[in-house]
Amino acid sequence: MIQTATTAAGALLKRDPRLYQIFTLASLLGYGMFVLDFEIAGGRAATILAVALLTQYGCTRLWKLPAFDPRSALISGLSLCLMLRTNSAGLALTATIITIASKFLLRFNGKHLFNPTNFGIAAMILFTGQVWVSPGQWGNVAFFAFLMACLGGLVVNRAARSDVTYAFIAFYMALVFGRSIWLGEPLAIPLHRLENGALLLFTFFMISDPRTTPNSRAGRIVFALLVACGAWYVQFRLFRTNGLLWSLAICSLTVPLIDWLVPGSRYEWARPTAGRVFFRRPLKSAA
Amino acid sequence: MKRLIPMLVVLIVWAVLQGPALLAFCGFYVAKADTKLFNKASQVVLVRQDDKTVLTMANDFKGDPKEFAIVIPVPTVLQKDQIHVGDKALLDHLDAYSAPRLVEYFDENPCQLMMYDRAVPMAAASPIAGGRVGSAQAKSRGVTIEAQYTVGEYDILILSAQQSTGLETWLRENGYRIPPGAAGVLNSYIRQNLKFFVAKINLKEQAKLGYSVLRPIQVAYESPKFMLPIRLGMVNADGPQELFVYALTQKGRVEATNYRTVKLPTGTDLPLYVKERFPDFYKAMFSHQVMKENMSTIFTEYAWDMAWCDPCAADPLSSDELRQLGVFWQGESNPRPLAPAQARPSPPIRSGPQNVFMTRLHVRYDAAHFPEDLVFQETADRENFQGRYVLRHEWKGGGSCEAAVRYRSELPQRHEREVQNLASLTGWDVAQIRRSMNGGKVPTPEPAQWWQQIWR
Repeated sequence: MIQTATTAAGALLKRDPRLYQIFTLASLLGYGMFVLDFEIAGGRAATILAVALLTQYGCTRLWKLPAFDPRSALISGLSLCLMLRTNSAGLALTATIITIASKFLLRFNGKHLFNPTNFGIAAMILFTGQVWVSPGQWGNVAFFAFLMACLGGLVVNRAARSDVTYAFIAFYMALVFGRSIWLGEPLAIPLHRLENGALLLFTFFMISDPRTTPNSRAGRIVFALLVACGAWYVQFRLFRTNGLLWSLAICSLTVPLIDWLVPGSRYEWARPTAGRVFFRRPLKSAA
Repeated sequence: MKRLIPMLVVLIVWAVLQGPALLAFCGFYVAKADTKLFNKASQVVLVRQDDKTVLTMANDFKGDPKEFAIVIPVPTVLQKDQIHVGDKALLDHLDAYSAPRLVEYFDENPCQLMMYDRAVPMAAASPIAGGRVGSAQAKSRGVTIEAQYTVGEYDILILSAQQSTGLETWLRENGYRIPPGAAGVLNSYIRQNLKFFVAKINLKEQAKLGYSVLRPIQVAYESPKFMLPIRLGMVNADGPQELFVYALTQKGRVEATNYRTVKLPTGTDLPLYVKERFPDFYKAMFSHQVMKENMSTIFTEYAWDMAWCDPCAADPLSSDELRQLGVFWQGESNPRPLAPAQARPSPPIRSGPQNVFMTRLHVRYDAAHFPEDLVFQETADRENFQGRYVLRHEWKGGGSCEAAVRYRSELPQRHEREVQNLASLTGWDVAQIRRSMNGGKVPTPEPAQWWQQIWR
């Protein structure tokens, strides 16, 4: 009986890697709230998730899509809970609405132009100045458990273009280690910089978003290089925080160009049927 | 989905109506735990807006002034008027204003509480308790003396260097006691094109000025780097060091971006005998929290709008004091805050400049746990926070009403909770705490029997 249930759960996760993502992000949020004292209350987190789902539902109706699919909205909502910090409930809600609506509004050639969470946070920091991201909030004590959870995601996610994750982390590590070696810093310094939960979250859950990365493998590797260089530049030349977020937001604008130069087929998540979710139809244009 | 949407809407309305929790900070201020409790403590004030930074540095150096020297990496070559020698009293005031504090409450007569439907306002806050250097030699070492000044009692050099061993040798030849192994750290700063601010005491100037204690050095510069270099200080350090950072900003709380910043436990009820041993309690609690966080965390001890405090461990700083610390965005028109008052209205204490937010960070660090320099960011967080510990004096009067009987019957559990709180915050032994409580004539809590709960 247990074996049957486990097999069924495994099959479900393999069918749609987003379920594993939702599970991991929710676990990280629980850990962050109850163990690491993240500056987000339960009420605020619940509100962000509820508004994310409502916005997704509203946009589904407005754009007359065949079915309401809560999975991407939940991933975006959970990511916002993990990253976005503000004193104002109104701004948190605005950020959530912008995040979800950007998926529907900012499209080019049938793809999202930006990773929704990335866009929501970057826009709110830029235009309000009243929200922030705390990249140090994870510390590095729980790093390895976090890393394991992320790597588990890769196994489940193997169909969903993990190459961009591998390429990004390789380029970024090379840049961070390269700088430290050039400066003659002890290796403890670059290691400390890389043992960072915010970097893991970005690498495994944000840049890996298959709906925003270039369509071809070569394109995705070029994209990963651009994002890594941009993040490094913001962090170590401009000395500003959130280099990863700024770099991804700006580099996302190059994706249409990369797709034009190096074409490939577009990625589709498993589609829900009309009415009920979590069941898959044969894909029309799957990668 | 049709059923889900109304549920989501109800949830949102509920969560929005909740709003941020308002905390009442009333209480009689009893004691504070300031930086003097800690040995080897450095204090730094970081005033920052946009990329403009004013850094004030003070340490508790107690040796021979001849032995004193500091080497600090700075992002730019500083002009003479970018360097200033400040007043230690300003840091002492900032320390006193933001120190973790002990407050006490006195329980009301439980019978009257019942009569007045528990609507008795809390008590009002109480009064306050209390020589020129050879440049040819420098060049031969690959060191350039970019500038040299005498400011107050300090001889100051701004150096740039091509290689760290030359700089290390040069500094040693010129009487600066540089620990072995510093070259490795200096090198990475040289490669980052940082300059070195080097200061030692000019004994003649010091005698002329008549200061016996070392006054804090202040530098003002413009740079995108919002950081504190701590690595040089850790070369050859024997044991962990203590650092207090007072950040004065306009927008909100300051936190580290490359280390976890957490708030100290606060608002906890403690046994009354802690009143006599607050400094011991605070030191033990801080050490215990550092241990719990594997010594890799920075603690926020205070985050507050400088316009007020409640309860006040000391008055907020005046506009003039803030200006001396480098708060350059303060208008001249701001009224002075409270004069040193004996009695003050409560709550809250509101006066003085409105656009300075203060964050007090406390970190115990060593090279193993803090491999890289501290990097900060200013957030938009303006929620007030203070390290605050509470004593509750029980009602000693009589009373035979039902509430009084219940009140008395609950006291042992309350004392036990206080014991457990203290043990959990400090790691102290529970039995020892109970003994200390008895010494303070507090009755030993006896666990209530299960049957006593039935027919109360």
